[in-house]
Amino acid sequence: MNIKSAKYIKNIITNVNDNIKAIIDEQEMSVPLDPANRHYVAILEWAKIDGNTIEEAD
Amino acid sequence: MPLSKIQTTNNQVIPNLGRRNIIINGAMQISQRIGTTATAITGGNYGIDRWGMYYDGNSYTTQQVTDAPAGLYNSMKLTVTGTTTPNYSFFGQRIEGLNVNHIGLGTANCQSFTVSFYVKSSVAGVYSISMTNGAGDLAYPVQYTINSVNTWERKSMTIPPITSGTWVKDSTNGLYLRFNMGSPSSRTADADGWRSGNFDGANGSTGGVSWATTSGATFYMTGCQIEVGSVATPFEHESSFGEQLALCQRYLYTIPPTSGQYVLNGWSHSGTVFITIIEFPLTMRATPSLAVGDISQFDVYTSGAGTANRTATGIGLNGMGPVGGGINVSCPSNLTAGFSGGVYNSNSPSYIRFDAEL
Repeated sequence: MNIKSAKYIKNIITNVNDNIKAIIDEQEMSVPLDPANRHYVAILEWAKIDGNTIEEAD
Repeated sequence: MPLSKIQTTNNQVIPNLGRRNIIINGAMQISQRIGTTATAITGGNYGIDRWGMYYDGNSYTTQQVTDAPAGLYNSMKLTVTGTTTPNYSFFGQRIEGLNVNHIGLGTANCQSFTVSFYVKSSVAGVYSISMTNGAGDLAYPVQYTINSVNTWERKSMTIPPITSGTWVKDSTNGLYLRFNMGSPSSRTADADGWRSGNFDGANGSTGGVSWATTSGATFYMTGCQIEVGSVATPFEHESSFGEQLALCQRYLYTIPPTSGQYVLNGWSHSGTVFITIIEFPLTMRATPSLAVGDISQFDVYTSGAGTANRTATGIGLNGMGPVGGGINVSCPSNLTAGFSGGVYNSNSPSYIRFDAEL
C-alpha cells in the first residue's frame, strides 16, 4: 500500500478519535481504528517511518 | 442407520457431503471491485473478490473473463504488461482461521488437505503454489507443470498434515494459498515439505519466471478448491451465486454505483453534516474501511431545506463496527439540524465501498 497522508477524525457525537482519513493508493479512505483492519495496520506501520505522522484531529 | 449408509447414489457411499470447498469465490464469479475490466491492481490490493495481487518490479492486469473449462463459466485472467524481473510476484487468498480450524493445523489431529484448480497459460512449464501460515514463518511449496500452452488443465496437490507452528484460530489469516507468478529464488524453497520461512512457491518454477517477464503473456485460473483429505473431488457447485456473493460480502460490501437512486438515509446533524446509519447484509470480518468512487456524485435531500449546496464534499465513518454503524456526509451548507432525508446518487454512477479484507 502506498500511503500519502493520514489524519485522525473525531466522532461527531462523542468527540473522541473515531477513524483516520487517509490517502492510500491515490484514493481517499476512511479507516477505522480496528487492529484487525488491514488499512489501519498499514497506517500504523507507515507512521513508524521517520517523517510520517498521523495528524491530530481538528 | 449410520448417515454414511443414507448418503448414497446408485449404491455408492458419497463422503463429505455439504460444503467442502474452503476457498471463497473459487469459480471467480464475484468481481465487485473491477467488474470485467482488465485492471492494473496496485500491488498488495485486490482484484476479483477475495483474490489479492502481490507483485513488485513487474506489472500485469487482472480481469474477470468468461473463458473457462467445461463446467465453469468465469476465470481470472492475468496479462503481463512489462518485461522486468519481479522482486516478488504472486497472487492468492488468505483464509480466516475460523474457516480452517477443522483441519487442525498445528495440532496432533491435523489432517491432510488437497488443493485443486484449473489453469491455462500462454507459457508452458513448471509453476508452483505455496501454503503458508498467517505469521509467514511456515510454508509448504509445491510444483505443478503446465504441459500445453493455451489449454485448460486441472491440477491438484495434497498437503500433508502439519503438527507444529503458529496457526491462528480467529478471524485473521489462518491459512494462505499463494500462486507463485515468478518470484525469485530468494522467495522460494524446496518443494514437497514444510519449510521454515515465508515462501511464495517452490524452487525451480522456471515457467512462472518466464511468464512474468514475457510481455503479453496470459495466465487463467478458476475452479479453485481446498478440501480436507487426500483426494481432489470435482469442483463444488453446491453454492449458488447469491451464496458466493454473501460469502464475499463478509470481506467487501459495495453499495453498487447506480445513478438515480437513494443509497442511504438519515438526518441532518447540523447545517453541514448529515448522519446516516447502515446495517451490513451480514457481519463483516472486521470493522471495514470506507472508500467512495466520486463523492461529488452524491447529494443530500432533506425535507424543509433548499436545493443548493447539498452536494457531498466528504463521506466518512462515524461510529462504525463490523455489523454496521454511522456514516457522515458533509455538505457546504443549507441543511437544517433534525430534518430527515436521504443520500442520492445523482448523475454518474458511483460506489460506496466497505473493505474488511485480510
